[in-house]
Amino acid sequence: MNNGTAILSTDNLRMHFPVKGGVFQRAVAACKAVDGVSLTIMPGETLGLVGESGCGKSTLGKTIARLYEPTSGGIAFEGNELADLSRRQLKPFRREIQMIFQDPYESLNPRHTVGTIVEEPFVIHKMGTRAERQQWVADLLAKVGLPESAAGRYPFEFSGGQRQRIGIARALALKPRLLICDEPVSALDVSIQSQVLNLLMELQREMGLSYLFISHDLAVVKHISDRIAVMYLGRIVELAPAEEIYNNPVHAYTKALISAIPVPDPTHVPDRVILEGDVPTPIDPPDGCRFAPRSGAEHSSEMLETLPPFKEISPGHWVEACPVCAPVRHAR
Amino acid sequence: MGEVESKILLEVRDLVTAFDTDAGQLTAVDGVSFAVRRGRTLGIVGESGCGKSVTAMSIMRLLPQPMGKILKGEVLFDGRNLATVPAEDMRSIRGNRISMIFQEPMTALNPVHRIGKQICEVLTQHNDLSPDDAWQQAVEMLDKVGIPSPEIRATEYPHQLSGGMRQRVVIAIALACGPELVIADEPTTALDVTIQAQILQLINNLQRDLGMSVMLITHDLGVIAETCDEVCVMYAGRVVERAPVKELFANPRHAYTQGLLSSIPRLNGTPKSELQTIDGMVPALSELKPGCRFALRSGREHAPELLVERQTLKEISTDHWVEACPVCTRG
Ligand SMILES: Nc1ncnc2c1ncn2[C@@H]1O[C@H](COP(=O)(O)OP(=O)(O)OP(=O)(O)O)[C@@H](O)[C@H]1O
Ligand SMILES: Nc1ncnc2c1ncn2[C@@H]1O[C@H](COP(=O)(O)OP(=O)(O)OP(=O)(O)O)[C@@H](O)[C@H]1O
Ligand SMILES: [Mg+2]
Ligand SMILES: [Mg+2]
Repeated sequence: MNNGTAILSTDNLRMHFPVKGGVFQRAVAACKAVDGVSLTIMPGETLGLVGESGCGKSTLGKTIARLYEPTSGGIAFEGNELADLSRRQLKPFRREIQMIFQDPYESLNPRHTVGTIVEEPFVIHKMGTRAERQQWVADLLAKVGLPESAAGRYPFEFSGGQRQRIGIARALALKPRLLICDEPVSALDVSIQSQVLNLLMELQREMGLSYLFISHDLAVVKHISDRIAVMYLGRIVELAPAEEIYNNPVHAYTKALISAIPVPDPTHVPDRVILEGDVPTPIDPPDGCRFAPRSGAEHSSEMLETLPPFKEISPGHWVEACPVCAPVRHAR
Repeated sequence: MGEVESKILLEVRDLVTAFDTDAGQLTAVDGVSFAVRRGRTLGIVGESGCGKSVTAMSIMRLLPQPMGKILKGEVLFDGRNLATVPAEDMRSIRGNRISMIFQEPMTALNPVHRIGKQICEVLTQHNDLSPDDAWQQAVEMLDKVGIPSPEIRATEYPHQLSGGMRQRVVIAIALACGPELVIADEPTTALDVTIQAQILQLINNLQRDLGMSVMLITHDLGVIAETCDEVCVMYAGRVVERAPVKELFANPRHAYTQGLLSSIPRLNGTPKSELQTIDGMVPALSELKPGCRFALRSGREHAPELLVERQTLKEISTDHWVEACPVCTRG
């Protein structure tokens, strides 16, 4: 992949968690939550990340933000390798990559005022005088569409959408370049959801932010993203520009996922691929095509054992080319 | 599903439900009326807190006690008013003729009992069955809801199953007694779209095979469009619009319905374009006025009397009802 100008790129990134068992609680297996992910995010770009529950979306986001110590692989932020940096070495980069979470309730300390919450990043990084910080807090609240008086109030006094704005204000405090948005609108009603999505799009235009936008709502992801990555059991199985992935999905999993979206139009007749079985677990997954057990199609033992190549089948459209799940005729 | 008239199974008339709280009595459902036809699906949609679950709990007579009360109105099920039948009769109607599917499957399952046993309990409660026959039927039920190796699964406990499988077990329990009406409160909200598609198809198939009626509560307009025959849009404890599904999506008349429909991102929409929004938020129960409750968010000037006088539901075309606030009813 050409990642010369990327703001962020990961190279074969892995994040495995030990699964403990037995009397001595030894690691008996590995939960391969993220298992060899290579992707890039360009300046000012939104990369959408979709996939079923447990496929590793949040873990990938947190690993990129270096909230976790990656098992192996690289994370380059503007060319600087972050994967092996110590806590201290990471500090300057922490400002550049921020996260916002699904549940604004959980991520805001209920005993602190909104002002204290939004000011905290400045305090941690020992920035500004008290008065300066208060001015910055007021500016941030205005930016996300909250009144200045919000600073003196507590999170519980706000609605879900307003709390998400507080979370966004705090994430923006240190002028990050990359925001990792983990299901930022999933807990919100549609009318409020669109307010928050508009705010995110506006901030991106204004500040040139890049987003990794994680969501299980594919219509939302399609709306806000420039490119979309589809994740299945710790791996990216397809990656393409947003329109392209919806119009020409190649991998059987992408097709099933897109066809499962309920369309808000009663005259639409769904042409649905119903997936058999349940969302599988990433504990000791097959080495080869991971979608094989749910694809309903016979895979040879070789396909189950060897990792299919990630191929670019048209400009910018990449797919994990399992011959059964993603038959690619004109592969380059 | 055809447009042929079908008999009404459940009719809710002017239902008013309130809770006694520290802040006094709060009315959560304020004069709600709708009907569910035999063999059909009625969808109830609306923002969080608008009274969808309280309506369902009122019908089922499962309101938290002693705080929750039905103050007014009728819940006519096959001719009987469930709001006033003795508790004992209600118990035999519940889980026999009407059953409910809750959002969070774990709340409906007993963690210490085998799944098969939990289905057997429902079966034997209302029918005279030998234990062996009941177990056999329980296994058949699990098979019907698409659980692989049902004989083995029947002997397992809820925590041994995935979220999607648990929800299928809940559906199996809800359907075990062959109910005439199933009330499903956000049955797929906690599930992935792929599993949601499985569950909705399952409910649809079972409905076709068993001829039951479904009342489906959801905040997802896509789910409504796909599964419902008729739709009821609720806002702040009231029904603001009610219509056959195609009519509602093609010709929404209340400003709130229009706002909801235009604020969802569409797959065929312009990427990264600004989305429509509804300003502000749902008012708190304690702040509700008797008149048009959407006034504050409608962005349109309302004369003072529109806020204090109750706006009635009017039938503007066949089966299409709108709360007739002259400002919020458009087009
Ligand atoms: N801190 C952790 N320790 C051990 N296992 C973990 C940890 N965090 C996540 N996992 C496991 O890693 C896998 C991926 O989890 P993750 O939360 O990244 O999924 P997700 O795609 O974000 O799912 P969802 O859509 O439900 O949020 C899961 O099997 C999960 O149980
Ligand atoms: N036990 C209770 N005591 C007091 N108020 C209650 C109680 N249960 C519900 N309410 C209130 O009744 C109103 C309607 O709640 P309800 O649960 O029916 O909403 P809903 O439409 O189902 O929302 P959601 O989409 O979030 O499930 C809310 O304002 C809620 O706070
Ligand atoms: Mg997650
Ligand atoms: Mg509810």
